[in-house]
Amino acid sequence: MSQKLPSVDVLLVGFGWTGAIMAQELTEAGLDVLAIERGSWRETSTDFAPTFIQDELRYRYHGHLFEQTAQETLTFRNTSDQKALPMRRLGSFLPGTGVGGSILHWNGQAWRFLPYDFEIRSQTIARYGQGMVPQDMTLQDWGVTYDELEPYYTRWEELCGIAGQAGNVKGQKQSGGNPFEGRRSKPYPTPPMKQTYGPTLFAEAAGSIGLHPFPCPSANMSQAYTNPLGVSLAPCTYCGFCEKFGCGNYSKASAQTTILPVLMQKKNFALRTESEVTAINVDSSRKRATGVTYVDMHGNEFEQPADLVVVCAYITHNVHLLMTSGIGTTYDPSTGQGTLGKNYCYQITPSVNVFLGDKILNPFVGAGASGMIVDDWNGDNFDHGGLGFIHGGYIAGYVTTGRPIETEFLPEGTPKWGAKWKKAFIENYLTSMSVSLMGAVMPNAANHLDLDPSYRDVYGRPLMRMTYDFKQNELKMQDFTMAKMVDIAKAMKPREIKKSPRGPHYDIEPYQSTHNTGGAIMGATPQQSVVNRYLQHWDVPNLFVVGASAFPHNSGYNPTGTVSALALWAADAIRNQYLKRPAPLVQT
Amino acid sequence: MNPNVLSRRRFLTAGATVTASATIGAASARELKGGDGDRWLPHQADAPNPLESPDYKFFTTDELAFVEAATERLIPQDALGPGAHACGVPLFIDHQLAGAYGRGGSWYMQGPWDKGEDTQGYQSRMTPSALYRAAIAAIDQHVVASQGGKRFAELAPEAQDALLSDLEEGKVDLRGVDAKTFFKMLWLNTKEGMFSDPIYGGNKEMAGWKMLGFPGARYNYLDWVDRHGERYDQPPVGIRGRPAWDSQG
Repeated sequence: MSQKLPSVDVLLVGFGWTGAIMAQELTEAGLDVLAIERGSWRETSTDFAPTFIQDELRYRYHGHLFEQTAQETLTFRNTSDQKALPMRRLGSFLPGTGVGGSILHWNGQAWRFLPYDFEIRSQTIARYGQGMVPQDMTLQDWGVTYDELEPYYTRWEELCGIAGQAGNVKGQKQSGGNPFEGRRSKPYPTPPMKQTYGPTLFAEAAGSIGLHPFPCPSANMSQAYTNPLGVSLAPCTYCGFCEKFGCGNYSKASAQTTILPVLMQKKNFALRTESEVTAINVDSSRKRATGVTYVDMHGNEFEQPADLVVVCAYITHNVHLLMTSGIGTTYDPSTGQGTLGKNYCYQITPSVNVFLGDKILNPFVGAGASGMIVDDWNGDNFDHGGLGFIHGGYIAGYVTTGRPIETEFLPEGTPKWGAKWKKAFIENYLTSMSVSLMGAVMPNAANHLDLDPSYRDVYGRPLMRMTYDFKQNELKMQDFTMAKMVDIAKAMKPREIKKSPRGPHYDIEPYQSTHNTGGAIMGATPQQSVVNRYLQHWDVPNLFVVGASAFPHNSGYNPTGTVSALALWAADAIRNQYLKRPAPLVQT
Repeated sequence: MNPNVLSRRRFLTAGATVTASATIGAASARELKGGDGDRWLPHQADAPNPLESPDYKFFTTDELAFVEAATERLIPQDALGPGAHACGVPLFIDHQLAGAYGRGGSWYMQGPWDKGEDTQGYQSRMTPSALYRAAIAAIDQHVVASQGGKRFAELAPEAQDALLSDLEEGKVDLRGVDAKTFFKMLWLNTKEGMFSDPIYGGNKEMAGWKMLGFPGARYNYLDWVDRHGERYDQPPVGIRGRPAWDSQG
């Protein structure tokens, strides 16, 4: 029997990055906001201080800041004819837990998507014809355009102090920036980071073969910065412990370093930690959310009523919570009916190892977004006619870390252990890097999320089941871009190179990226999406579902910038439209 | 180390370590209300849990003989530097298996159990400590039966390498224990013991880091960002600093 608590205006499920954005925006509107977070309170000074954060074993390999599969996981299979089995240990992706969520341990590669991404179906068909979109590619426009999101991308960059070189300000090309980027209303708030030797060599090589290198936009600070909320960040010291680690130096944008110092002073905000939301409750009409049920760490169950519920958990949990709460219709790949769980996407991340031989790179001098990029083979920046695939990815020359358990460059033919392994590992450690692809993945009718028939979580709920494999579009794209990466790698005049493709089948064990997307996608109609263009649920208008779960496909960039812009866009719609008239914001 | 002189890092982690373990039982669901002031209290640092005693806690004598021999073949001592044994890898693995890692306490361990496809990841029902125990017993039994009564640790290095290769390729029947799964875990744990921070008992005197030229737990390389092509010249430091910091002066 659960204990019923006094109602609040807004209930946030999860208090990671999107939760912090929503809390900040909705408390500004005068609402009483309560966030419920399954993990614990976390703060720079106590939880990732520079006196102990540089610990590869504890954070990378024992996953100290990550979700524990004992608490929540999912089952996985490549195709529907296989039996899905539980992800018993984290591997391919590393969701966070606790206050601040996954953004706490990101690298800080801070991107906008292309205008093409938001109108991908229309623009692909307009340029190449209907035949360019295969039957099984469930491609769709997002229901929002780049131009509509642009002010929110800008607000996000200013909130986080993103360091970068603009390539297109108000339609004017800027030298040294990305010539393919969408039109931006302002340059980046801070100048780009200084580059170490490896990315510099990459950029020289890419430029020498006619490509357009520019510095990666970075949420690692290139200089001290105070954001519009008055919160200050410190210059990055290139310690090489970004992704999978918290930043002890206040140099990486996160909830802790941009929003929480202000938010936590507000009387109309409260946070309950070590408490996990287990259901979104709806009334008998099933068109109105009444609040949530949650369980604290002692197993006590509570009913928390709210006028507005905003789901802000990691994408797989957003989708899972909707499914276990019985909200919406789960997608069935055999009929194409239903929308919840549809268009689950990931990314494909092949690379080429470059062994420079005599050039000392000092790879441990690095930052998560320290790298040079070419965008020539991303999105629709090149003619795909006759190629048999759409989209692409950016090619990067990153040197983000030299952490020695994880960083291993071995030439072709090196044994995996023993004296020869040792010799090769030592010889190449200081002088090697990789050229890598952040490859887009298009939605496919067979890739989806639903509930598992066999396995259950600690609350007795079915685990979510992921059915996912690389499909023809990304495998062909990988072959094409691999050749481009080899061209750049060779232009770096290395001693030797080694190609490292992904696939042919997706493997859930090796780390690839925490860039899972889709499952509760946005779109123009309820027939093709779970939420409308404002991330408002089509069936339950006082329920918003925020995060990368809304992406109808995954682009060739890191997702955090677009997650943030969409959260700010949705918050704005709640403040300026929904509160005036609490009803569906898009008529059907 | 002179007990009267504590390095800065030693002081910070030592103080935090004690209080962190003392507050575990007090953890509770919290309500944090906006405007209530600071949310952190003294002595709440989420500090690491270092190895404090050089005693073995998990392996039996026979198991330790296997682990010492096997890890030394995986990363042997040679002209380039010390191997796994000299770097303390067996002690590191022992303490890992005796602790939270060995219990697999953070992993989803509910059935039903199925071997699954290669792309579906770790599916063993065994915790790491159980896997080591069962695998080493089965390996030694296999070796005794096939190599004239000798145990793994007694074999010539070439024969040890051949057996490790067979494990890696899953060619040895370990009576229900998946040889590939065990080899993969042993190899990762060996690398962890070789290159993790010395507070966990491996990477003795930071020898693993020194071989590579990795400077360890430093947090400011700003002066080095644009020194392109120049070899970094400072010695490594660990979370507790380095031995030189503990001497007078």
